[in-house]
Amino acid sequence: MNTRSIRKYVAVGAVALMSVGALSACSGGGDSADGATKLTFWHNGTADPILSIWQDAVDEYEAANPDITIDVVPIQNEDFATKIPLALSSDSPPDIYFNQGGGLLATQVQSGQVADITELTSSWIGDLGAAAGNWSVDGVQYGVPYASQVVGFWYRTDLFAQAGIAATPTTLTELNDAVDKLKAAGIAPIAVGGKDRWPDAFYYNTFAVRECGEDVLKKGLAEADLSDDCFTKAGQDVIDFIATEPFQDGFNGTPAQQGAGSSAGLVANGGAAMELQGTWDKSVMQGLTDTDLDPLLGWFPFPSVEGGAGDPSATLGGGDGFSCTQKHAKECADFLKFLSSDDIQTKLVESEVVAIPVKEAASASISDSVIKSVYDFNSDAAYVQTYFDIALPTGVGSALNDAVANLFAGQGTAESVAEAVKAAK
Amino acid sequence: MSTTTAVVTLDVTTAAGSPSPQGTPRRRSHLRKRLELALLLGPATVLFVAFVFLPLIAAGYYSLFDWNGFGPLVDFVGIDNYTKALGDPLFQGAIGHNLFIVIASLVVQLPLSIALALLLNGNIKGRTALRLLVFTPYVLSEAVTAVIWLSLLQPHGVVDGLLEGAGLGGLVQLWLADQNIVMFTLFAVITWKYIGFGIILFLAGLQGVPEELREAASIDGASGWQTTRLIVLPLLGPTVRIWIFLSIIGSLQLFDLVWIMTLGGPAGASTTMASYLIDRGFRRYEFGFGSAVAIILFVICFVFALFYQRFALRRDTQGAITGRVE
Repeated sequence: MNTRSIRKYVAVGAVALMSVGALSACSGGGDSADGATKLTFWHNGTADPILSIWQDAVDEYEAANPDITIDVVPIQNEDFATKIPLALSSDSPPDIYFNQGGGLLATQVQSGQVADITELTSSWIGDLGAAAGNWSVDGVQYGVPYASQVVGFWYRTDLFAQAGIAATPTTLTELNDAVDKLKAAGIAPIAVGGKDRWPDAFYYNTFAVRECGEDVLKKGLAEADLSDDCFTKAGQDVIDFIATEPFQDGFNGTPAQQGAGSSAGLVANGGAAMELQGTWDKSVMQGLTDTDLDPLLGWFPFPSVEGGAGDPSATLGGGDGFSCTQKHAKECADFLKFLSSDDIQTKLVESEVVAIPVKEAASASISDSVIKSVYDFNSDAAYVQTYFDIALPTGVGSALNDAVANLFAGQGTAESVAEAVKAAK
Repeated sequence: MSTTTAVVTLDVTTAAGSPSPQGTPRRRSHLRKRLELALLLGPATVLFVAFVFLPLIAAGYYSLFDWNGFGPLVDFVGIDNYTKALGDPLFQGAIGHNLFIVIASLVVQLPLSIALALLLNGNIKGRTALRLLVFTPYVLSEAVTAVIWLSLLQPHGVVDGLLEGAGLGGLVQLWLADQNIVMFTLFAVITWKYIGFGIILFLAGLQGVPEELREAASIDGASGWQTTRLIVLPLLGPTVRIWIFLSIIGSLQLFDLVWIMTLGGPAGASTTMASYLIDRGFRRYEFGFGSAVAIILFVICFVFALFYQRFALRRDTQGAITGRVE
């Protein structure tokens, strides 16, 4: 054997060892040797101000609890859906992760990884009021919300004035009038992020809230059976509304929140007059423009639909929160208690990331009159119906979003959403 | 495949069975060869088994269950997932979209990259700069490409602005939102991204065409076109066959661009097999069903690769996979 081949063997051997090393390095994680507990924390606040709020909260918590270190991992919202199932079927899921409750949480609970924190939170969860209910499954608390949300129209006051719209629409007829006036003024009336599909579904969901009585709605969603006539009416409402061509050019290819070309970006930059979105949308819009939106943005609830059986003060909504996984449930629950403190809640409200805090005390710090009107609307709402895709089991919820998106692309009938839900059940 | 095994076995028996006059050195060299094989193939085999073979087996197993990814595999459904997938018009459409990209690539990209390679192989001014330029998009990751084009192609965006500026405003389309246009838009972006790769490949192939042959042809009075058609292109054959192979496999697995630019929409008009698989698997938590789709995708790619290697690439890879021709 000459020197050259020996060298070759050494090199090959080294490569082989390295690959074995790399493989074994994939496992691991967990607690460090000095007794400190290390938690991983996945949230969806990838942009400021919420990015800093979570980071500051973690820094503060770590300072107060020297035996805990928290590894913060911000993950883009649309990526969460794909990362969570993978993480929950692995041996090392994040200890604290973003969660929207409802049927989505119920589906995740089946993994056996989501921690029951009923007892760990029992002393303080009552302070959060009704909002916490969406994070319990069959009476077991599996998470803690930090914000409530409602869906309504964010609109540009300047563009409404330009089109000569005196008052915000309170009925569907008035909304259609406003759309006509905006079109006549050469303004795209409504922006929608059709590429992401769930913004399309907001229309179907909201129309269903207007068309269906509360009992029919709740029962239909609980049983994933949307065969009642009122759901068909909602489907027809969506088709009729799209037929009035209220949306921006190419809305089926528009993302909801990413970039100036997104639906939020269009409203933020004056490219469209309004958008049916959740309460978080103002902070998303502000992140997509340099203009101060405070004097330019207004909000009004989805108008009443003539002849609908639903309570016009009811609304579509939901919330954001966090869940814990088994391994560090106790530490996680304590951290979540800290996150729902008046102090952090106030910070979230002051930054306008959260319009409807889960702690009533924090609402005192709402300074903006528009945000205050959203908050009051939520307080006075007959009831808040969770987004259908979150309320339903995940597979069914996505099928519903897809079916509504198909309506937006001109495919399907008034019944097709109910049919898609039935097929996915 | 079987021929390969036979040949190898034959080699082994003759080597081990015949007592060589040299004795020990021969045996030692044989041992050395085995050691070398084990060391060279070992790491790759470990990685292949761990990251390709085992997941494949697992996917095959999951695909027989109705499973949402959480909890135990209890709901055995046999081949239901496969029949459901193949019967879904959306998946059939996805296969169609993949085939569209496959065919469009062959018809458009292949001639285009050969032509550009021939052009860039000639003595033209600024050749290096031009080569660099056409290769640049290939260096970008597919995700970056997708994000860039997603913003450029927004209605009233940069592309529309350029077209209008050039007096071609009539050509403006809803590039990503029109169900009849979106596949063509995606194909244009794919071509923009991958044309550089084809050109580089063909430029390399052109270096393998001996200058003497061209000289001889020109002495015999062949025109430039005749030389290209009768000498250069036939000698470019192996490169063309490899390019076709890579292009088809890439087209069948198309995902990143589609996912970022359209999510397979609108209304499934740009869904590919891979985007359908991710959509059903990860967004709807239908992991059993998603696995079945993954297996279908794998079988399509594998069967194609096998046949292509066996028949089209046979001459190029002689002895490696098709058995030694004595």
